[in-house]
Amino acid sequence: MTTKRVVDITVKVNGKEHSAAVEPRLLLVHFIREHLALTGTHIGCDTTNCGACTVLLDGRAVKSCTLFTVQADGRELRTIEGIGNTSALHPLQEGFKEKHGLQCGFCTPGMIMSACALLEKKPHPTEEDIRWGISGNLCRCTGYQNIVKAVQYAADKMSASAPQA
Amino acid sequence: MIPKAFDYCRPKTLPEAVSLLQQHGDAAKILSGGQSLIPMMKMRLAQPEYLIDINQIGGLDYIKEEDGYLKIGSLTREADLEASDLIRSKYPLILDTAFSIADPQVRNLATVGGNLAHGDPANDHPATMLALNAEVVATGPTGERSVPIKDFFVSLFTTALQPNEILTEIRIPVPPARSGGAYFKLERKVGDFATVGVAAQVTVDATGTCQQAGIGLTNVGGTPIKANKAEEFLRGKPLDDGNIGQAALLAADDAHPSSDLRGPAEYKISMVRELTKRALTKALNRASQER
Repeated sequence: MTTKRVVDITVKVNGKEHSAAVEPRLLLVHFIREHLALTGTHIGCDTTNCGACTVLLDGRAVKSCTLFTVQADGRELRTIEGIGNTSALHPLQEGFKEKHGLQCGFCTPGMIMSACALLEKKPHPTEEDIRWGISGNLCRCTGYQNIVKAVQYAADKMSASAPQA
Repeated sequence: MIPKAFDYCRPKTLPEAVSLLQQHGDAAKILSGGQSLIPMMKMRLAQPEYLIDINQIGGLDYIKEEDGYLKIGSLTREADLEASDLIRSKYPLILDTAFSIADPQVRNLATVGGNLAHGDPANDHPATMLALNAEVVATGPTGERSVPIKDFFVSLFTTALQPNEILTEIRIPVPPARSGGAYFKLERKVGDFATVGVAAQVTVDATGTCQQAGIGLTNVGGTPIKANKAEEFLRGKPLDDGNIGQAALLAADDAHPSSDLRGPAEYKISMVRELTKRALTKALNRASQER
């Protein structure tokens, strides 16, 4: 077996810099879950379909099961742990709670990250915008109705608290 | 799923990338958006020894009109096509196509160049570029060469690119006035590969007579297919229901799908016929609105 080179990388995750030496084949989702112990990002299908592993790479939603860790070198990541916490929920997290946007909860972190990217681009989304924005995320419990309501709740709350232009 | 181990190279310039390709030949693969390659590597259908990541090379990410062409840099992301005012206002066929590819997360990474260079007949841009009579620019050790898209798709997953060449640009002739296009894709669910896809681009004169027609077919053969017979049939004829119907029959004649999970071959042929009608009709409507 030939030995493959390990690569040194530095990634900013939720505002904090992390350096590591990684195998080039290490998938980003494995780096996030196993090296950084940020297990809020889930592995669902592992085949680029379900969106449970969605994170923000330089602000854009991507599926971290379909990206190598080395590709994130020098870039900025945001995961569900960087969105809010139990004492200060992000409006999206609050929306999922208030509107019953989750049942088993497995898809929720990915849903929230996709919704987060959507709201940054479109602070006042229509229902169609929301459905389009989460079209890369599968939920097998809710039928999506309440997820859409949860995102709408967050959009309304965020725009109400946003400083008036 | 874990890919086989590989060495990773991240060239900063195009000549550097080309020289890495020369050095490693068939053992190397280019990593662009990675949305097809990485899944294939995870399933170990692809096992490159070297991965050459071209994402850090500057100047391969643009959408502009120049010298009578729409020029798209090969590293342009699908999401950038969706957001481009130029594409939105003037190239409805390309916009339709970008929107139909996979899902938002995938489109944030997937590139137009990769969608073509992968040589997968199930990808969506090939049919569109066939309908638009595009050219692709291949950059190798001796510089650039331009390949007409009709000669680009050689066989399943094989293109006219040499092992030491990188696809760097897509050139589409700027369509004349009264042109329009549309892409119709039949899919089982959002984000799926096409059961059947049809791209159509037409140019009409003031009386509604067809000056030029381009038709490309997705996922109904070993390569993306240009429906030559239908295109020739339409030239010089009024784009009425009768002629559109006849062109749809001719396009279906050029399709050679196989039966699979997405449906039997007969069904797919019949869908080519229907989608060709719809795509031509919508293309004509858009051409008629264009002044």
